[in-house]
Amino acid sequence: MSKINKENKPITSEKLMNELHRYQKGSITRRHFLEVTGLGAAMTVLGTAMPSLLPRKAHAFGNLGNRLVFATWPNYHNQVNLDEFTKMTGVHLQMNAFGSNEEMLAKLQAGGTGWDVIVPTNYTITNYVNLGLIQPLDLSRLPNYDGSANDPMFAGPATVNGTVYCVPKNWGTTGFIINTKKIKSSPKSWKDFFDVTMGAGSGHTIVHDYQLTTIGAALCALGYSFNSIDPNELAEAEALLIKSKPHLFAITSDYQPGMRSGDAWMSICWNGDATQLKNDLPEMDYVIATDGGEIWTDFYAIPTGAPHLDAAYVFINYLQDPYIQAREASVHGYAPTDSRAIALQPDSLGSDPILHPAAELLNGLEFGAAQTMTDPVRAEVIARFKSA
Amino acid sequence: MLKNEDSKPNHWLTAALLMPTTMWFVFMLILPLIVILIFSFGERAAVGGYAASFTFEQYANLPSRLKAFQNTMIFAPIGTLLSLFMAYPLAYYLALRVDRRYKFILLVLVIVPFWTSLLIRTYAWIFILGGRGIPLMLEWIGIEGVRLVNTPGAVLIGIVYGYLPLMVFPIFVSLEKIDKNLLEASNDLGGTPFKTFMQITLPLSMLGVATGCMLVFILLMGEFLIPAFLGGGKVFFIGNALVDLFLQSRNWPFGSAVSVTLVVIMLITVSLYMRLTMRTKTGRDESLM
Repeated sequence: MSKINKENKPITSEKLMNELHRYQKGSITRRHFLEVTGLGAAMTVLGTAMPSLLPRKAHAFGNLGNRLVFATWPNYHNQVNLDEFTKMTGVHLQMNAFGSNEEMLAKLQAGGTGWDVIVPTNYTITNYVNLGLIQPLDLSRLPNYDGSANDPMFAGPATVNGTVYCVPKNWGTTGFIINTKKIKSSPKSWKDFFDVTMGAGSGHTIVHDYQLTTIGAALCALGYSFNSIDPNELAEAEALLIKSKPHLFAITSDYQPGMRSGDAWMSICWNGDATQLKNDLPEMDYVIATDGGEIWTDFYAIPTGAPHLDAAYVFINYLQDPYIQAREASVHGYAPTDSRAIALQPDSLGSDPILHPAAELLNGLEFGAAQTMTDPVRAEVIARFKSA
Repeated sequence: MLKNEDSKPNHWLTAALLMPTTMWFVFMLILPLIVILIFSFGERAAVGGYAASFTFEQYANLPSRLKAFQNTMIFAPIGTLLSLFMAYPLAYYLALRVDRRYKFILLVLVIVPFWTSLLIRTYAWIFILGGRGIPLMLEWIGIEGVRLVNTPGAVLIGIVYGYLPLMVFPIFVSLEKIDKNLLEASNDLGGTPFKTFMQITLPLSMLGVATGCMLVFILLMGEFLIPAFLGGGKVFFIGNALVDLFLQSRNWPFGSAVSVTLVVIMLITVSLYMRLTMRTKTGRDESLM
């Protein structure tokens, strides 16, 4: 969180040029430009002499309404950015944080969510498109998005049958975090993860309340694919999970409080949470398992029938601004997919092995598959494991 | 004849006044229950949701949620009794012992927690019971290795904390209504305080006790928030199984079957309970005569 404080320092020439660029492109208003660059104060002096420079009420965005409902993940945004958006546009953000994509799908299927923008993960998109739950994007309304700046490995799932349905947000990995003060054996794989859980670390492990990652971890520990939907392999994974259940500290996707309080020593973990934890507690160590795991991209999409469509486009466009993306990443600790944003990141983050792991570490990881989301056996396995 | 004509407009008035409630019950209770009943004989659609069908498959799958049913059937009565034992002395003190001047302010203090959402208050308990809360304080006085959060005990603490006011108020009201002359008469006739309590105060407050227990028990049968937060997903109630089935695995038919079963269990236990308390009450009334 300390990084937010840097916003208060005097503006650098680099940032001034950035802000000027954003202003010229219409990403920010004149008023905002004057404010963040510190030129606003000068205006009060110059104003009388040069009336044309006086800040006017911003009409750059038209009438967007005053509200935008937005479904995303916990610990995934920089409050400074969100506040700035509200200040600029007058649109208040109502944020719903979720624990799993399946939960988001369940709400969308039930209908009447009132959501304007959602943050789905790669493996959900073809399902959402097939079910008619998200709408194609009009890229002309997203001038800040630059398709060529995004690695197709990450941005690929956004396009279904030649139509672009979303734009990428961040990419990351799902591994596990350990408190090295408590766990000395340095586990390297999901097999080690479950061994430690049922051994030296008994009573102190958290697994997600999320079928994709929790079943995926158990499958990898058994030597199977993270995405397996083979009923026999899933039965083995279920047996492993149920066997480990008495040794777990909790089944929850909100694992930061447990890790921070010292109650939990090890947890399935997304790499951004790992960065956030490690920033505050140096004894935390993030591990990309050697026997597999997940690599993912999150996207911005607009649900079908979004009530505040114009505001949704302006919001996504705002968040695609490379400078805003970099500022997001400075807080949540996930790598942008956009090379323009990566270039703006401070060196400490640009070379951080948790955000940007060595390519060979990614070799064993899998992107979630569309059928992994909808497979009824996986859905029932996680539900049985939790109620066991 | 005259009498009948007199009461006719009253019928209309009664009907008009009952209309909103009737509509509410029909549209918000009866119809949804019928939908749930129909869904419970269906199948899970390919990507989740409901697909029309007629099968008993969902009911056959109920044993897979046995543990959740068991947990609910164990924790709901224990939680109710614990709340009762915590609430009765407090209600007694508020109704019969406390100085009239402080009564109002103390009553308000019982309600104050309701001004904050239960979600936030339960979240706070995660930190109080977590490793840097009470266990850390216990370490200072030499008791080490105590784990509170994500245990059945933590869930019970959360339940008593969350439901206490619901138990205190009905008991308070019934105790408050007791005619103080009865207590004095008992005293005059040589009854010890214990005897007075057992033979007069307690029987006269039974209606409040029964109401409070009913309120708490029924709500606990559907509880999911407290076990999810303070049980860490490890102490699993049938309410949690339902949330899962609808919000994660999107298995509406099985979720409906579980709901129907829960409703049936509730109807049976609650009607047994009512029959029991009614009988005791009339019995007591007679003996008091």
